[in-house]
Amino acid sequence: MSNFAAKISQEALKKDIPKFTAGDKVRLSLKIKEKGEKKERIQIFEGRVIARSGSGIGKTFTVRKIAAGGVGVERTFPVYSPSIDAIKVLEKTKVRRAKLYYLSRSGKELKKL
Amino acid sequence: MINTIFGTKLGMTQVFNDSGDVVPVTVIEIKPCVVLQKKTISRDGYNAVQLGYGEKKEKLINKPLKNHLKKANVLSIRHIREVRVENPDEYKLGDKVGISMFKTGDYVDVKGQSRGKGMAGGMKRWNFSGGPKSHGCTNKRGPGGLSASSYPSRVFKGTHMAGRMGNDAIKVLKLEVIDIREKDSFMLVKGAVPGSKNNFLAISKTKRHVKPKVEKKEPVKKATKKQIKRGK
Repeated sequence: MSNFAAKISQEALKKDIPKFTAGDKVRLSLKIKEKGEKKERIQIFEGRVIARSGSGIGKTFTVRKIAAGGVGVERTFPVYSPSIDAIKVLEKTKVRRAKLYYLSRSGKELKKL
Repeated sequence: MINTIFGTKLGMTQVFNDSGDVVPVTVIEIKPCVVLQKKTISRDGYNAVQLGYGEKKEKLINKPLKNHLKKANVLSIRHIREVRVENPDEYKLGDKVGISMFKTGDYVDVKGQSRGKGMAGGMKRWNFSGGPKSHGCTNKRGPGGLSASSYPSRVFKGTHMAGRMGNDAIKVLKLEVIDIREKDSFMLVKGAVPGSKNNFLAISKTKRHVKPKVEKKEPVKKATKKQIKRGK
């Protein structure tokens, strides 16, 4: 048996993706197609990466941002998703944990991070 | 027309569809199936073709089989199955049927031998709910009552109990064909299929009803009341 998974996902894995880890601030350009509309538009989602998980084509990362009204929003994206137009790393941060889930449950000071 | 071909399960992965959603797929490798024998109503009482699939070491094939395969001009075959057809004369011995039978968007039924689970209790095998785990209960994973007491005073045949589980012939109906990679002879089917990796599968056109795909028409905008008043 050959490595079928690699063969299947070849094209998707070729995509150029910048290196980023948990703690980095990223700006995602997401392709969005609304119902009934033909055109695609780009939506920006900016926040801090709090986790990366999975392997191969199933790799995902979670971005947390503070939306209007101080509400925390967490979204998980597949790294190789075709609906992500671009990933831009805005800021590198040194963190001592691979998963920053504590950001979601801790106090206000940390939310500013 | 042959409706069934054979394949090997390679495993599962995921792909992205046009709208960017993740689709879980099973990868099935389909090697060409060779027509080995024709069965006709006049001679055998039914119409079918015998298909051979896969390969094995030539020294493992005994002489009767070797000579049988010789008629179709092949050296080694691992699996032999019959497929019913209406008119076997459409095919010649040695003809190859393959992946080109299916195309993206088709629906298929996949049949295979499920993984053997061995001796399994009622909770795993029949989804029994079991007893409470605490409060001094002694029936934790047991089956509970099997039948009533004075009548019928026996256990009905076929009552669900613990026993051998799995290793059954299972057919999964109406799976969507997500992609056909003819170059690699891979077929991507949405969802799971029975058995472990390298399992031998029979893939046939679905017997279930498939809704014909209707192209969506652009909704015609109705004139609003205002526009009608203005006489537009």
